[in-house]
Amino acid sequence: MVWTRDDMAARAAKELRDGYYVNLGIGIPTLVANHIPAGVEVTLQSENGMLGIGPFPYAGEEDPDLINAGKQTISELPQSVYFSSADSFAMIRGGHIDLTVLGAMEVAENGDIANWMIPGKMIKGMGGAMDLVAGVKRIIVVMEHTSKNGDPKFISACTLPLTGKNVVDMVITDLAVFQRPDHHSPFRLIELAPGVTAEEVAAKTTAKYEALATA
Amino acid sequence: MARKLYSDAASALDGVLFDGMIICAGGFGLCGIPERLIDAIRDAGTKDLTIASNNAGIDGEGLGKLLRTRQVKKMISSYVGENKEFERQYLAGELEVEFCPQGTLAERCRAGGAGIPGFYTKTGVGTQVAEGKEVKTFDGEEYILERGIRADLAIIKGWKADEAGNLIFRKTARNFNQPMATAGKVCIAEVEEIVPVGGLDPDQIHLPGIYVNRLIVGSPYDKKIEFRTVRERVAA
Repeated sequence: MVWTRDDMAARAAKELRDGYYVNLGIGIPTLVANHIPAGVEVTLQSENGMLGIGPFPYAGEEDPDLINAGKQTISELPQSVYFSSADSFAMIRGGHIDLTVLGAMEVAENGDIANWMIPGKMIKGMGGAMDLVAGVKRIIVVMEHTSKNGDPKFISACTLPLTGKNVVDMVITDLAVFQRPDHHSPFRLIELAPGVTAEEVAAKTTAKYEALATA
Repeated sequence: MARKLYSDAASALDGVLFDGMIICAGGFGLCGIPERLIDAIRDAGTKDLTIASNNAGIDGEGLGKLLRTRQVKKMISSYVGENKEFERQYLAGELEVEFCPQGTLAERCRAGGAGIPGFYTKTGVGTQVAEGKEVKTFDGEEYILERGIRADLAIIKGWKADEAGNLIFRKTARNFNQPMATAGKVCIAEVEEIVPVGGLDPDQIHLPGIYVNRLIVGSPYDKKIEFRTVRERVAA
C-alpha cells in the first residue's frame, strides 16, 4: 500500500512543531495545511507577502486583493499580517522561516534539488523556490518516488538544472521517508509506507542512502 | 509644493515614455497590478520595453496586453506561466526573458532604489542563475553577486494615497509595488482613492510620498481573480 498524496502530506505535517513559521509549496505541499497535528500551532507564510494564511473564503467572500502564492483566493486570520515582497523574502533569505515543504522533479543523494525547469520544454520560472531552498532552516521535499515513466527521482546526481545545491534535509515519497541530520551526512531510510519493503525502495532508488535501522 | 495629481494615466505618463526604456511594474499575478498605466502605455505604443515584473500577466490581462501588441523586448521575471502569447513569442525567439529568483528580484529593486548597486546572496548558488556572476565566500558559505535595478519608470498600484503621494496598500496587493516604487527614476502610482493631506495616519503609511512622483485615481477597478477557490459553509 503506497502512500496517497494526502498520506504524504500528513507525514510531512508530523514534522511541524508548535510555534513554527512555515512556507508550503504548490501541489502536495499545500495539503500539509489540512493535516496539522492537534496541539500544534503554526503560522503559514505566503511569499507574496503574508503571514497567517487562512482557509479558502466562503463563496461570495473572495477578495481579489487577498491571494496566496499560487494565486488562489484565501482568507485572513486575526493574527495575519501583510508586507511587501522585499520583506517577505528578507524573512525567507534571512533564515526566519523554520520549515518549507516543496515538490521536486529530482533530489540527489548529496541534497541537491531540481524542481524548476526541464531543458527543451517551456520554462515557467523558478518563482520563489531558489530563495526558499537557500534560506529556510529546514527543507522537506514531498514527491512521487518515481516519474511517470517509472524512473527513480531520488538519484545519485541531478540531471536537470538545479534549484539549490546541498539543501534538502528530508525526502518523503509515496514509498518511504529519508532523512539526514546535517548537510555533511548521507540520507538514511527511516520509514516505509505500509506493505512496502526496503528491497522495493532500493530497486527504485539510485541515490546512495543508509539502510533502515532494524529494531 | 509640486503638484503630483494627474487627471488620468495618459497625462501622468506624458513626457516620461521613450522606446527602449526600462520599466518596473508592481503586482503579483493579477493582484495589485497598475492596470490603467498598462493600458495607457499600450495606447502610447512605446516599443522595445524591458520590463521587470514578477509575472507577465495572462493572455489579454495585465502585462499580457503589452505582449500582445509586441511592445516588450525583454522581461525580467521569476514566473511566467499561465500566458500562451508569452510562450509563443518566447519559443519563437521574439521575446527575451531573464529568469530571476523572486526574492532576488524583490531585493534587486529594493537595493536599486536604496542606491545599492549590488549585493551578495545565497539564492541561486550552484545553479544556472549563478552563471557569469561573481562568487564570494563569507564565513565559509558561498554567495553570488546580484545587481540592483534602477528603472526609468516604476508603475505601481496602491489602495489609498493622500495628495502628497503618501500611500497605503491593501492586503496582498502590496507585494512588489512597494520595492518597485523605489527603483524608478520616476514613479507613477494609480490608486483607488485620493484623500486630502492629513487624511491618512502618518504612522500607517506603507510608501512615503517621496517615492511617488505622479498620482492618479484609477477607479473603478474590475479586479480579476486568477484562481477562485472557496470553501463550503457547513450547516450548523
